[in-house]
Amino acid sequence: MNAWTIALYAIVLREAMRFLQNRGRFLSALVRPLVWLVIFAAGFRAALGLSITPPYQTYITYEVYIVPGLCTMIQLFNGMQSSLSLVYDQEMGSMRLLLTSPRPRWWLLFCKLMAGVAVSLLQVYAFLGIAALMGIRMPAMGYVHVLPALVLSGLMLGALGLLISSTIRQIENFAGVMNFVIFPMFFLSTALYPLWKMAEASRLLRDICAANPFTHAVELIRFALYAQFNGWALLLVGTGAVLFFLPALLGYDPARGLMRRKG
Amino acid sequence: MTRSTALRVSNVSLSYGAKRALDDVSFALGRGRFCALLGPNGAGKSTLFSLLTRLLVTREGRIEVAGFDLARNPRAALARIGVVFQQPTLDLDTTVMRNMRYFAALHGMAGRGATARIDAALDRLNMRERADEKVRALIGGHRRRMEIARALIHAPEVLLLDEPTVGLDTAARRSITAHVHDLAAEGLTVLWATHLVDEIEPSDDVVVLNRGRVLKQASAAEIAGEGDLIDAFIEMTGGNDEAAA
Repeated sequence: MNAWTIALYAIVLREAMRFLQNRGRFLSALVRPLVWLVIFAAGFRAALGLSITPPYQTYITYEVYIVPGLCTMIQLFNGMQSSLSLVYDQEMGSMRLLLTSPRPRWWLLFCKLMAGVAVSLLQVYAFLGIAALMGIRMPAMGYVHVLPALVLSGLMLGALGLLISSTIRQIENFAGVMNFVIFPMFFLSTALYPLWKMAEASRLLRDICAANPFTHAVELIRFALYAQFNGWALLLVGTGAVLFFLPALLGYDPARGLMRRKG
Repeated sequence: MTRSTALRVSNVSLSYGAKRALDDVSFALGRGRFCALLGPNGAGKSTLFSLLTRLLVTREGRIEVAGFDLARNPRAALARIGVVFQQPTLDLDTTVMRNMRYFAALHGMAGRGATARIDAALDRLNMRERADEKVRALIGGHRRRMEIARALIHAPEVLLLDEPTVGLDTAARRSITAHVHDLAAEGLTVLWATHLVDEIEPSDDVVVLNRGRVLKQASAAEIAGEGDLIDAFIEMTGGNDEAAA
């Protein structure tokens, strides 16, 4: 390993260990999607009829439909949690330790992103495992194909968290993120209902859902879980990751960003 | 920059909006010297440390570390700096060794090479026997010593400490101050920010900073003159602090 990958490995390992040691965080990361899967999906099963749309080749139950959305929701919450921990790190000073190491700052922040992605993978695969035990199973190869999709969507949502953390000065301001980022992103997407269903209710809402990068992360994961490739979603999620990451880098630029504002 | 100069700060200024935090700050540190950056609270010491560690950058002035321009060659310069921040930067729920390994990895070190350096750094601060203890279980003085040991793992040429004795009791303060003076005696260049005059020995270099400006650079004995350093410091800064021991 060279100096860059040693730093990457250490940062990812540190975050993964911190996550695994915090049983409460692991538990809540699993309980949240499971509540949606067990309670919400059961209630909606009768109300929501789903037609056969790709990647599905037969009728599916609502529980099966929302699994990709819940995987993405786990990553969205994890991205925001990582963002929260970055704000905490800034307040507690450990961010200073990271940013004064002799590696390029973009690489250090990318390592932080990858650490968040690694943690989200632990959560998503644990969730998929529990879903499988409940009888909601994907094709075997889907569990393999979904890995790169999860990495990319995790990077995009983590970069969004990084961008938010570069604009937040205090940890107390974080509640606003829940109201203005997580909920709109999740509900205005295909996580819980397909686009055609949304179009029946409102054309405008459907268009907003179609423009939401979270929708494309959901679809990328949905197709990958069925070992299928969605090029359009891949392009948009990849573009989203870059577009969120670049301004986040500016936020952490010592000449103009967060540290200057914090003094 | 001569070979005998480890750190040179030349005409550095920085403003936060209309407020001038640092104004034309210049000083130089010889290799193996212990230099106290002495200033009252709000003098600009922490801002200067942020510039020295590149958490902030400024277009006004120049900072050189071991001959490397911090603006033009930041990675080479940062690799030669060890830092102990005023605010502790430790993972409390992991062991001393894990904290040390994490830091070593940020500097590109792993495996046996890193272990040997970590052991040596802990030895220097008499902390080796605590390597497997959780940081949360350590008392304040030991945590600080661990942070100093950590800052030495990559064998820096310059050690920066920003008010490292804040919050420590008298015995721990004295012990930490003595340890770092010993490091300077072994050849390490030390910049020690403080507002406490009793942490400075007569032979130490002193840079007096007040309201963002350098008022004087000389040895502590020279600044004290016939009197003592506290009186000289208060006179220079106009009693702009509870200054002192």
